[in-house]
Formats: sequence, structure tokens, C-alpha cells
Amino acid sequence: MALLEIQNLHASVNGHEILKGLDLTVNAGEVHSIMGPNGSGKSTLAAVLARRETYEVTQGRVLFDGKDLLEMDPEEAACEGLFLAFQYPVEIPGISNAYFLRSAMNAVRKYHGEDELDAMDFLPLYKERMKLLEMDEQLMNRSVNEGFSGGEKKRNEILQMAMLEPKLAILDETDSGLDIDALRIVANGVNAMRSPKRGFLVITHYQRLLNYIAPDFVHVLVDGKIARSGGPELALELEAKGYGWAEENEQVLPA
Amino acid sequence: MSSSVDTIRSLAEQEYKWGFVTQIDEDRVPKGLNEDIIRLISARKNEPQFMLEWRLNALRHWFKMAREEGAPKWANLKIAPIDYQAISYYSAPKQRPKLESIEDVDPEILRTYEKLGIPLDEQKRLSGVAVDAVFDSVSVATTFKGKLAEMGVIFCSFSEAVQKHPELVKKYLGSVVPHTDNFYAALNAAVFTDGSFVYVPKGVRCPMELSTYFRINAAETGQFERTLIVADEGAYVSYLEGCTAPIRDENQLHAAVVELVALDNAQIKYSTVQNWYPGDKEGRGGIYNFVTKRGKCLGVNSKISWTQVETGSAITWKYPSCILQGDNSVGEFYSVALTNNRQQADTGTKMIHIGKNTRSTIVSKGISAGFGQNTYRGQVKILKSAVGARNYTQCDSLLIGDKCGAHTFPYIEVRNATARMEHEASTSKIGENQLFYLRQRGMKTEDAVSMIVNGFCKTVFKELPMEFAVEAQKLLGVSLEGSVG
Ligand SMILES: Nc1ncnc2c1ncn2[C@@H]1O[C@H](COP(=O)(O)OP(=O)(O)OP(=O)(O)O)[C@@H](O)[C@H]1O
Ligand SMILES: [Mg+2]
Repeated sequence: MALLEIQNLHASVNGHEILKGLDLTVNAGEVHSIMGPNGSGKSTLAAVLARRETYEVTQGRVLFDGKDLLEMDPEEAACEGLFLAFQYPVEIPGISNAYFLRSAMNAVRKYHGEDELDAMDFLPLYKERMKLLEMDEQLMNRSVNEGFSGGEKKRNEILQMAMLEPKLAILDETDSGLDIDALRIVANGVNAMRSPKRGFLVITHYQRLLNYIAPDFVHVLVDGKIARSGGPELALELEAKGYGWAEENEQVLPA
Repeated sequence: MSSSVDTIRSLAEQEYKWGFVTQIDEDRVPKGLNEDIIRLISARKNEPQFMLEWRLNALRHWFKMAREEGAPKWANLKIAPIDYQAISYYSAPKQRPKLESIEDVDPEILRTYEKLGIPLDEQKRLSGVAVDAVFDSVSVATTFKGKLAEMGVIFCSFSEAVQKHPELVKKYLGSVVPHTDNFYAALNAAVFTDGSFVYVPKGVRCPMELSTYFRINAAETGQFERTLIVADEGAYVSYLEGCTAPIRDENQLHAAVVELVALDNAQIKYSTVQNWYPGDKEGRGGIYNFVTKRGKCLGVNSKISWTQVETGSAITWKYPSCILQGDNSVGEFYSVALTNNRQQADTGTKMIHIGKNTRSTIVSKGISAGFGQNTYRGQVKILKSAVGARNYTQCDSLLIGDKCGAHTFPYIEVRNATARMEHEASTSKIGENQLFYLRQRGMKTEDAVSMIVNGFCKTVFKELPMEFAVEAQKLLGVSLEGSVG
């Protein structure tokens, strides 16, 4: 059984159709990269999968670990193990990172009928993962994303992913805004999380991230549909030839 | 699948949890307001002549105000006309407890406070808090009096203070809020029936938090209490005030006065968690909370801090203020005011700078949900004498939904060029993006709202004593239930 199975997905925002019949299958253990021009619908796909209510699904089917994802609300999908690293992480003034993350983890644990983590259980793990991402411990007492630099925000997303240990992680342009060192650190964080039980959907514009996170598959999203799919070499080809080439050479792919 | 709208609706059905009525025999005076009623109240309370005179004076002034201009109209509130002759101005549990011992309090009343989570039994109290419980018009119990008395701290009901410490009452009563101050202050001065009295002697740091818990129980009564706190030179006291009322269809009037006096180097910290019955979703019933609170920093280096969390009442009209008379004195006002459903609040502060190098800080957080209307009204006045005065004002509003309103009216008057003023203001909405972010991490909508709001109020909550801060957070969560749609 596939971890994520998207069939003929159509979705619109404010009456505009953005996704126009998208098919994609991700198996556990695989890393899929999604590329594509600005405005082609990459973040829309991520938002729809995370069940954001401002996006309306008009057609199609999505199974997540065998369950109907489109029947879930955002917190249900999250508790079922779907994680979205935001392209633009949101600030929550007055709430510390540590408190926020522990609340999130406890919400998920509660959903699965598990005991809550107290601060004593949580902190050692949190500090260890912060070290992995080479983050300053001071950040844990600061308000969520407030006053964080662009790079710190992105690292914080990956830190949350590392703590929540989702089944499917969707990273929306986590590499943009990162300096070279941060890019390596974030990629290492992601690689450390790779496991036969976990799938990744990595949205990016740049090959440089894929140099670190070697994807199993690369897809090009154009105008709300997957225009082309292939192996890692597709990303290199795109980098050399541009999206125009991918659009012209649209092909139908085996699932 | 349950959409967030459904969750919210079901939560909106939740009721005010403090709305029960206690069945006890009351001793009440007939409805209406006139000199005979005042004489009757004063006689019931066995008051000395100076108190009766003081009350009658206030009543005459109030009649004059009622004839001439009536209740103040400048606030941004819609208030149904109040028939002051239809109110009974004195209601007391019939069996008057001897104030010396908790065992003498009507067990029904003790149970009421237990139910409210305020056990009056000293064994059960957290040892860090002494409580004065005011039930309708009278104080029914004061805990830990003996322990406080050892240090010379007087903490008792106002009635008892009038009997036992008339010289202190005479000296300070009305010295901060004179009966001429405003319509409701005049009314209160005429009819107030009880309240708390605190005196902390020179150099004493009060060893525990002092707290008054107000409860309106009887129907068709008002509650008019008066609190007076005096911190003598170098003294420190932290005082907490909490309140609830039963659910009733008609509006009930609560017109209290609080006066604080801080002498040289003294410090008073006054915290309120106000949770009067707010009325139902359509705006029927609820408490009219018209309160005058003012502190005078009379001495040098004195400090008065007001912290309030206002979640209840149909209408709130209150401006806890500081008169900064002593040189280097400090005034602070930290406020969270939440209006949900049809609640209205017009609240803020006044900082009057008179002494040199006086400093004031104002942090106001207004939260509006449902059809709630929330107004911040603040005045900062720097007089000529206030050389080197400083004020910092931060005033933030948070809107939940699009049918509520937030309004800000800052009044600034500077008569000394050396003053330094800073003002920051913001209005924001709980964003769909914030909610989505928290939900994407697994949190339920109502927990997400509550987290965002608590974060918004953080700078105020951290001013509250620990125990109260936890209560305030929970209360905010409950008051917000049903606010996102
Ligand atoms: N809330 C919205 N309201 C209106 N239009 C929207 C909304 N969200 C997305 N769109 C539109 O949908 C289209 C796809 O947007 P989306 O963010 O999915 O693109 P993207 O592929 O992630 O682009 P980028 O590479 O720039 O991040 C764009 O034209 C965008 O303007
Ligand atoms: Mg995008």
C-alpha cells in the first residue's frame, strides 16, 4: 500500500482552479522532489494535502496511509502523521517555542491515546535535536518564529519535523533563504530522518538542495498538473534547460 | 469530519459555570433610594455619626448629579436606562456571622465558596493567600486574620474597620476618590455596604497575598462595595480581587470604589480577575460593572501597580488610575479585557503625573470576539510640576471574527517640556494562517485560539501572582469558547 496516493486531484481557491488533475504516488521510504515554475501550484498542493480550509477540492481522491485524507481536518491529518514545513512559517507572539512544540507533540499523543510528555521528558530530546540542527538553545524560550531570521525559521520547521517524527513530511521551499552552511545542516537534518517508514515530498526550485538530499523521484508541476517525472537526472536537465523544455516535452507517465 | 465551525458552535453552547443561586435567608432593606434608606443602612451597620454624615452628603450630591446631567455619557457604551429606585441597596445573609470565626458562617455560604473554588476553611487554603469573602452586601469571612495581626497588618471587612479603626477610616476614606468624583462614585459613597480594608504599617512587607472574593447572590440588588488599602512608609502589599454572580435575566448593578494610598517608599500591587456574569448570547442579563478605582502615590518613591483581567460583565466601565504625587513615584497599569457575544467594555487608565521624575507604564490588551465591543480609553497627564516625567503606553487589540469591534482613545496632555512619552498601538486579527499553523501541528481549533490569545496577553499575565495567572489563562479559554466561526 502506498503511503500517499493522489488521483486526479482538482482544487481551487476563491473560485480559481489551481490544481487541474494531479496524480502522484509516494511510497514509504521514498523521497520525491517537486519542482515547477512560480505559481504552478506547488504550495497549493501542499496546502490541500495539509487540509487548509481555504482550498476547495472539487474532484479527485487522496489516500494517506490507506485513509481518505480529504475527509480529515488539518489537526486530524497532522495527528495521522502528515507534516508540512511551511514556505512562510508563522509567528505566534508570546508563546515559547518549547511550549508550542510540547503542546503539539502532546496533541498528537493524545490523539493516539498516549500519555502526555512532561517538561522533563521533553527537554532532553528537544535539546538533542536542536544540536543536530546546530540551533542556539536560547531559541527555545523565544516566541515561535518571532524575530527569527529567515534561515532560523526554516531550521525551526525542520526541528519540529524531527520532534514530531511524521509519516509524511512535505517541505515547501525549505531551502530558500538558507545560507550555504544552513543548507547543509538542514539537509543533514532531513537525511537523518530518512527511514523506510517515512516518505518525503520536497518542493524546491534549486538543484543545490537535491545535491544533499538525493531524491528518488523528481516531478515537474506545470499549470496544476505533473508535466514530467523522472529520476534525479531530471532535476539536472531542468537546471540546464529551464521549465520551458519540460512544458514542451509533456509526457504521460506510469504511476 | 467535524469542521472547525461545528466544534465552535458546540462549544458556544457551554454555559457560565458560576451561575448558580444559593438559597439563604436574606435581610434586605426595601427597594428605593432616599435619605431614610441611607439612615436605615447606616443604623443596621451601627455606624458612627461621621459615616452617616458622609453618606448623606454623598447622596445629596448624587441627587443633584442625577437631576442635572445624569449618568456619564461619554463612554463608548450602550446602556439601558437604570431605575435606581427599583434596586434594593442592602441585602445581607440573615444570620449575621460573628466575624471572628469561620465556623459561624452559614454553611450554605461556605458551600457556595467551595463550589466557586474558594474554600474559606483556612486548613484548605493555600497558605500564601488570606481571603475576605463578600457575599451580596456584607463581608462574611476573613481568613488568616490572626497571623496578619501579629505583624500589625489590618485586613478586615470595611464594616469592621469602621468599628475598630475609625481614625484610619476617617483619615483616608474619600481621600483618593471623593464622592464628587463621578456619578457612580457618589452613588457608592451613599449606599456602599461593605468591602475590604487593609492597612500595612511602616516597614512591613505583608507576608501573604491578600484577597477579596466578591459574590452577588440576591436578585434585584446591586453590589456597592468599597475597598481601602493604605500602605504606610516602606510597606508592601499584594492584593487580589475576584468576582462572580449567578445567571439572572435582568441586569444587576455593581458600582464599587477602590482607593489605594501609598506613602513614602511604599508599594501596592492590586490584581483583579473579573468574571461577573456576562449575560447570555443575545445580551440578556449580566452585570453592569461600573467601578472607580484609583491609587494615590502620595509619598516619594512609592509605587502602585494595577493588573486586571476583565472577562465577565455585560458592560464594564472602569479606569484604574494613579495619581503620581510623590517624587520618583511609579504607576503601572496592565490590562486584559475580553468581550465576547454582546459584551461591551470601555476600560483603560489615567496616569496623572504631579511629582518630579514620575514614571508610568500602560499595557492594554483588548480582545474582541462575537459581537463584543472593546474600547481602550486612557489619559496621561503631565502637570507643570512633573519635571522629567516619563510614560510608556502600549495598546494592542486582537479581533476574533468580523462582527466585533475595537476602539482606542488615548488622551495625552503634557504641560512640561521635559516629559518623555512613548506610545505604541496595534490592531490585529487572529489570522487564518496562525490557526492553520497550529492545527497543522495537531492542535484543535479551540486550543489553537486559546494559545494565540494567551500569547497575546503574555506581558500582562506575567504581572499576575502565579496562582492567579493560571486561573486567568483558564478563564480566558472558557470565555472564548465559541468565538471562532
Ligand atoms: N489564497 C489564494 N487566493 C488567490 N489565489 C491564490 C491563493 N493561493 C494561491 N493562489 C494562486 O494560485 C496559484 C498557485 O500558487 P502556489 O502558491 O501554489 O504556487 P507555487 O507553485 O507554490 O509558486 P512559488 O514557486 O512561487 O512558491 C498562483 O497563481 C497564486 O496566485
Ligand atoms: Mg510556493
